Amino acid sequence: MITAERKPMEELIRCVKPYRSILLAGCNECVTVCAAGGRKEVGVLASALKMHFMKAGQPLEVQEITLERQCDPEYVDQLVSNIDQVDAVLSMACGCGVQEVARRYPNKPVFPALNTKFMGASERQGVWAERCQGCGDCVLGYTGGVCPVARCSKQLFNGPCGGSSNGKCEIDPSVDCAWQLIWDRLKALGMTESYEENLPAKDWRPGGGGGPRRIIREDMVI
Amino acid sequence: MKTASTLEKILASGDLAVTSECGPPRGSSAHKVKEKAELLRGCVDGVNVTDNQTAMVRMSSLAACILLKQMGLNPILQMVTRDRNRLAMQSDILGAYAHGIDTMLCLSGDHPHFGDHPMAATVHDIDSIQMIQMVAGMRDEELFQGGEKIDGPPKMFIGAAANPFADPFELRVSRLAKKVKAGVDFIQTQCIYNLDKFEQWMAGVRDRGLHEKVHILAGITPMKSVGMARYMKNRVPGMDVPDAVVKRMGGVPKDKQAEEGIKICLETIERLKGVEGVRGFHLMAIEWEQKVPEIVERAGLLPRPESANEAVQNI
Repeated sequence: MITAERKPMEELIRCVKPYRSILLAGCNECVTVCAAGGRKEVGVLASALKMHFMKAGQPLEVQEITLERQCDPEYVDQLVSNIDQVDAVLSMACGCGVQEVARRYPNKPVFPALNTKFMGASERQGVWAERCQGCGDCVLGYTGGVCPVARCSKQLFNGPCGGSSNGKCEIDPSVDCAWQLIWDRLKALGMTESYEENLPAKDWRPGGGGGPRRIIREDMVI
Repeated sequence: MKTASTLEKILASGDLAVTSECGPPRGSSAHKVKEKAELLRGCVDGVNVTDNQTAMVRMSSLAACILLKQMGLNPILQMVTRDRNRLAMQSDILGAYAHGIDTMLCLSGDHPHFGDHPMAATVHDIDSIQMIQMVAGMRDEELFQGGEKIDGPPKMFIGAAANPFADPFELRVSRLAKKVKAGVDFIQTQCIYNLDKFEQWMAGVRDRGLHEKVHILAGITPMKSVGMARYMKNRVPGMDVPDAVVKRMGGVPKDKQAEEGIKICLETIERLKGVEGVRGFHLMAIEWEQKVPEIVERAGLLPRPESANEAVQNI
């Protein structure tokens, strides 16, 4: 999923301060799963903002809505009935959702309520960790299902570096050394001989080095 | 010979090679570079010039290498993958070679987390093994990494680092094998304090015949004090300092600890001279360059072979 965290309250207050009414728009996809911008978080933030501005003597009207997906025009269209009633939109989606709302409603200021973090997985209750950087040319098949691009601090395709210690990365003892994980997996799978194949320098074009990326599925384009 | 490198010449002759280090200053003083480098004249075959080591901004390795070259010394250009993409690396390699710098060391570099710009973006376009491959391709196939022909290819003698003490230990010989496969010519190891473990690694290296494919220079760092020993043991990632070494440093009075550190380092060199596959020593006397001539002399490694001194006479 795409993970995100809510921005600090002070920053959100600063964003919406000039307005009398806002639409607070959540998203029912990834940010709901990582408890950053779903229906529940929309409710909590709406209350907090209303309370703050009430105390400050300039009441703020907050309309709440949570779309099925904010990265999809079909759902973003559903804001059309609310949009004229508010001065601005505060989106609790990831950066993709924020941009889709901004694109669809060119005359309405749109602010992000979240900081979009990474593509990750849930490690345990309340903990998410990065797993993928969308580099566009997956090497997981060579690296035992552990990504060196997203999970090695030096992005080594032929690790580990000299800073791997007791299975941990030199930058932080709470971070696993990706190459220790890779090695452990290769051993468990009886694939250790593949370690000595040098992975060649990566072509970063599919990874964003060639400019903003698109996928065009000719078979689906209407 | 693949290159005109003095280090290659000495290693090919079978003599034990000696290299050392000169860390460029945190400022623009050419004088400081020269002062440090001058201490090493005549007692080493090559001088590594570090590339923003510990991820702290310093004068560029290439610029400092040029200063050393102008002094008639043999600089070894260190280059890390942290700060440059493959375009920048290749253009710096061409520039270095244009200045007569013919020996380099390919590294991934310390993570910015440890330095004075932890907020900087890291590059890591390629890794150190891919860099070795790139530099070897520039030399042997006369091609840029992108595949185009080079007009005037740089003939670099290619070095890399190896840390026999990092985890997982069982992978450390294999990782060296990967560097050999990529085309590395010489290796400088992490500082050696745990000799038993180093010898165990070397046995693995010999089992695979890697010692015949790459010249291994043993990394040596003299310790100034028991404080430094403790720091290296506890704070420097990938460093293996046995308790016995810390105890020995702490067992002598403070004013005698520096000499004890030198003694340990001389004993280490003596023992490693007998290890098959060790082809020389890389002395990293951190902010203690003035001790290098004494160490080299007391280790019985003087005079350096003629070829090392030729450059000096040719100024």
